[in-house]
Amino acid sequence: MKRLSSSTRAFLLAAALMVAIGWLEGARPGGLSLPRLTAGLVTLDLLIRAGVFTIILVGLNLLMGYAGQVSLGQAAFYGMGAFFSAILTVKTRNVGIPPALAGAWWWPWLVMGLGAVMVGGLAYLIGWVILRLRGHYLAMATLGLGIAVFIVLRENLGLPRLDLTGGFDGVVGIPRLRVGAYPLWPVHRYFLLVWAVALATVALGLNIVDSRLGRALRAIHHSQLAAETLGVDAPRYKAQIFATSAALASLAGSLYAHFQAAVVPATFGFVPSLELVLMSAVGGMASIWGAPLGALAVLLLEELLRTRLRLILPGTGGELEAVAFGLLLILVLLFWPRGLAGRVSGPLRRPTPARGAG
Amino acid sequence: MPSAAGTQAMSAPLLEVRQVTKAFGGLVALQDVSLAVWPGQIKGLIGPNGAGKTTLFNLITGILPPLRGDILFRGGSIVGLPPYRIADLGIARTFQNVQLFAGMTVLENVLVGFHRHMQGGLLDAAFRSPRMRREEREVRERALGLLEEFDLLRWAHEPVESLPFGRQRVVEVARAVAAAPILVLLDEPGAGLSGAEKVRLTQVIRKLCQDGVTVFLVEHDMELMMGLADEVAVLDHTVLIAEGPPAVIQSHPAVIAAYLGEAEPTHAP
Repeated sequence: MKRLSSSTRAFLLAAALMVAIGWLEGARPGGLSLPRLTAGLVTLDLLIRAGVFTIILVGLNLLMGYAGQVSLGQAAFYGMGAFFSAILTVKTRNVGIPPALAGAWWWPWLVMGLGAVMVGGLAYLIGWVILRLRGHYLAMATLGLGIAVFIVLRENLGLPRLDLTGGFDGVVGIPRLRVGAYPLWPVHRYFLLVWAVALATVALGLNIVDSRLGRALRAIHHSQLAAETLGVDAPRYKAQIFATSAALASLAGSLYAHFQAAVVPATFGFVPSLELVLMSAVGGMASIWGAPLGALAVLLLEELLRTRLRLILPGTGGELEAVAFGLLLILVLLFWPRGLAGRVSGPLRRPTPARGAG
Repeated sequence: MPSAAGTQAMSAPLLEVRQVTKAFGGLVALQDVSLAVWPGQIKGLIGPNGAGKTTLFNLITGILPPLRGDILFRGGSIVGLPPYRIADLGIARTFQNVQLFAGMTVLENVLVGFHRHMQGGLLDAAFRSPRMRREEREVRERALGLLEEFDLLRWAHEPVESLPFGRQRVVEVARAVAAAPILVLLDEPGAGLSGAEKVRLTQVIRKLCQDGVTVFLVEHDMELMMGLADEVAVLDHTVLIAEGPPAVIQSHPAVIAAYLGEAEPTHAP
């Protein structure tokens, strides 16, 4: 505990970097800005989305990379959080919340917390049932869950008269967050909030990995049988980590809703769920640092292809972007099976006997 | 040297298997098997391949349910309990095909063994509560002590899969011991070990017994078994055919026919 571990150093570095970026964008000294420094590639918008995904991915990596339970429906919990916040801060009259309450600065924060707790609780119950399934069956069940939640959101929760989710069009006019009278806006303030939460989540994840619970999860991953014969209550821990990952996704959803000020169901469908798995794989599933790395790498790659591919190959449309994106991802997963985090941390570790992970 | 056999008449059995039958579909794996393991003894279980030894271990540890019969631990039935509850009662085991947690270090593997003696839950873990830090420190110290005892200390921070096979078996035993069991089931701990490693294994098992842990042992190496066990049970084709002190078992006609005599010319086709 005395010396700073490499993880602590990485953590402080990341925090310092984010504060520096926040300051740069807030002050814009001498006309300098993030987009100007990066030739328009990196914007606060991109970094905020990366921060939001980081929060989800920490949970997803704990679930998939450490506990070994696949979820192809994580965007469902993300969507639940986003719509929970949207409905309870915008459609207050439809659900009978008094204006005095809905107008208080702390109301959105309370909703955000309540949403995470409720979504986590719901996931715990769902987890008890579906985490008994293994491998492909679990993947299918979570896939079904994701699609079901998407449809429920799109179909106004089956209560068209109340019009809570707004159907296809979603909910607009979600308020910005405030602390007392201090608004967390313009965007660089919100950026700092999102990354403060994201890095706190990373810290939480790192703590969990290196604990009794974290070891139990990894043990379940590699041999549930052996883990159980050592007293590890596998079903309970799996449900717990499923609930934790869902609560984090819900929190990320709330932060996203207050950032975009509008949410539509399509953001939380099947494709976004797959995108999350992809980010997790690219960053390195069995790594907490893989979460920010994966989110940043995939978003940057998308941005790069979207803005630059046309310069190299003129006259190409969106199809080629998708193809190039897919190809690059296949290459990453082929050559770096442990993801970016595996690439980064590998050479930093002290040498171990010749045998690698293959 | 072993004297536990003499005291058994006075105490109750630690583990009692009562007329247990197990079948996989139509294939019978165990038929009406009854046996007892007494506190403080090293009990052996031998038998040809496919006799049902590992199946019996799987029934005792709750991995499989018996079709009929009952299994009692310290006088109470443990049939129907999930494996982690049975582990919590104080039964630990190793596996014939070593089941270590790949990707984790030797120390971490042993730390999982301490799982049931620790308290820290999700919130403790996430926020590093002082209680959890203290517990973590204490358990790490004990785990390192255990590794030293098993001569594994220099591998503590190596990934467990990088160890030679013989050492991996020892790690598995150390992990089971970390759970501080009352009864430990060892499924062929000597398989694949060199002569020197087997000698070490024998010492480890004796030490366990001295520390008050009851040992139930499946082993193919007859020499190792006869030198260690206070009492031996013999399974042959799903049925218990003999039970007694090693010397008696070695000269038991049914055992010679079924197992020890396998290599004799009378059995040649």
